[in-house]
Amino acid sequence: MEPVSRIRAGAVPFARANIDTDQILPARYLARPRDDNHGEYLFRDVRLAPDGSEVEDFPLNRPHWREARIVLGGANFACGSSRENAVWALYDHGIRAVIAPSFGDIFANNSVKNGMLAIVLPADAVAELMAEAEAEPGAEISVDLPAQTVTSAGGTVWQFDIDPFAKRSLLEGLDELAFTLTHADDIAAFERRIGRGNS
Amino acid sequence: MIEADANEPRTMFDKIWDAHRVLEREDGQTLLYVDRHLVHDGSAPAFEMLRKRGISPRAPERTFATPDHYVSTDPTERAAMTNEENRGMVEALERNAAASGFRLFGLKDGNQGIVHVVGPETGISQPGMLIVCGDSHTSTHGALGALAFGIGATEVAHVLGSQTLWQRRPLTMRITVDGELGYGVTAKDVILAIIARIGTAGATGHVMEYAGSAIRGLSMEGRLTLCNMSIEAGGRAGMVAPDETTYAYIAGRDFAPKGADWDTELARWRRLPSDPAALFDREVTLDGGAIAPMVTWGNSPEDALPIDGSIPNPDDEPDAARRAIMADNFAYMGLTADTPLESIAVNRVFIGSCTNGRIEDLRAAAAIAQGRRVAEGVTAWVVPGSAPVKRQAEAEGLDRIFIEAGFDWREAGCSMCLGTNGEIAAPGERVASTSNRNFRGRQGPGARTHLMGPAMAAAAAIEGRLTDVRRLMKDA
Ligand code: SF4
Repeated sequence: MEPVSRIRAGAVPFARANIDTDQILPARYLARPRDDNHGEYLFRDVRLAPDGSEVEDFPLNRPHWREARIVLGGANFACGSSRENAVWALYDHGIRAVIAPSFGDIFANNSVKNGMLAIVLPADAVAELMAEAEAEPGAEISVDLPAQTVTSAGGTVWQFDIDPFAKRSLLEGLDELAFTLTHADDIAAFERRIGRGNS
Repeated sequence: MIEADANEPRTMFDKIWDAHRVLEREDGQTLLYVDRHLVHDGSAPAFEMLRKRGISPRAPERTFATPDHYVSTDPTERAAMTNEENRGMVEALERNAAASGFRLFGLKDGNQGIVHVVGPETGISQPGMLIVCGDSHTSTHGALGALAFGIGATEVAHVLGSQTLWQRRPLTMRITVDGELGYGVTAKDVILAIIARIGTAGATGHVMEYAGSAIRGLSMEGRLTLCNMSIEAGGRAGMVAPDETTYAYIAGRDFAPKGADWDTELARWRRLPSDPAALFDREVTLDGGAIAPMVTWGNSPEDALPIDGSIPNPDDEPDAARRAIMADNFAYMGLTADTPLESIAVNRVFIGSCTNGRIEDLRAAAAIAQGRRVAEGVTAWVVPGSAPVKRQAEAEGLDRIFIEAGFDWREAGCSMCLGTNGEIAAPGERVASTSNRNFRGRQGPGARTHLMGPAMAAAAAIEGRLTDVRRLMKDA
């Protein structure tokens, strides 16, 4: 996993609440191998018309937001299916941070495992960021993971919380499984205690 | 390892969590040991991640698998498997099972089915266990008094490689439903009413425990339906305390403990329910007697209403953002304000899925279908949740009832719940569905989904429109 630390980029707003992972990555692309560019499937059925042409007013198709690397999401962003492919689609498109008032739990977990920040800010902060993004599309905002801050284009700074373990994983690009296996003795001891094979 | 104060009252969740802690970090992360890891035919990327790293699965004896998402439920197509993508996914699972040595209930196995039907039905899922699967509806297994939740592909690889998972302790939420459920009201209606009340993000970050006399009165199958849709309320997991209903359900199943082991386990299971004085972070109560048969109208499971109601009117919605979403949903769903729900015509009916594909669900649907005919122009499918459900239904003659009524009787799998196997509705088609998600495009691009219970779906098939099943029950 690629480490991530500071991001300065345009932010594309998806204001609607409860955007589900079925929207972000439609089910018919779930069988694609990870090394496929999942960015092509991102929001496929709302970004493109059935004939493959771009839906003009879809945020990702608007000229200023094509290069956005930050997503501003509505409440309960990426709820629903556990498909990690939804994270891959955002990541492969170039997104490195999603900022929303709340997330689907599994999506937020999956994000961290792939080097993409899922940042929770209060609803009014996200609304302000969205309003700024609409007023000046493409204006850059900053995410500073070490300092745990988001700074709007206008200079307003918000602090965000992040799990310390997740922060470290993201900063170091930590391989979680390798890290866990350094505790193999503890796991083995636990297995001896409960009796391996049954529970 | 931090030991809990033995005198502190604990919730069932606390007890299961505490029993699975391998180690705890100072930053609040806990390494939990996984008792049961369930795998399906969409799990290939996780095996690929592990293979690339040269790590082999740590505890294949705790891993169980079955193909469900990519299997055709058409008997002829299933035998031929002409679809390359579907075949590829099923064969990848077979290869991974052979290489890793875990138990696979393959396409021809008598126990094949939807992973969340198979776990409880085989006795693999048991009270007190920590159960994970790379699928959000893993919450289903909590109905047995287990802590069960869905994980992503990287986490699946982590569990395969270490049999553990890092977690931060979630919050707890108790949903108490007291009273007696009304005539024609099922577990599906209860969970839709709960989600309508608390919203699809209502339980985010929480493990939900369902309690109260209306929940105690549910059969095991009803509890599985209930816990299944915990994720639609945003819940990390959902659970029901084990009781005599649970033990009677598990006893004698293939993988259930037997003999002296049964007695030992049963004694352990009896200690699982939340202590009377245990505190939950949040409490929600509902009056079970006030719940009516429910149906959804929009593109979120929280858009659920009693069947005798009408499509809401945006003019009554004070919040502008919500009004905009409603207008959008109307456009997608082809609906207009104030339309009585019962006047909405359907094109297709899907009875099945891990929510409502169990034998009791099929019995309830068959009771409505018996002696009647599917309405002209409606395509209605019954897709058993597993091969054993299918056999049982056939032994009871339910298949004959469905076929004579004009339903399509199919093989076990996820089918139209998600359509990854190609079984989808056409754009604009309206589907009465017993599955769990009415998201846009869930049942195919442009497909319009209304969620409901199995008897309600059967009633919709017979009448050709959304229907209050209670009327058909009265003259049944
Ligand atoms: S039946 Fe539907 S919800 Fe259940 S596992 Fe299959 S696709 Fe997922």
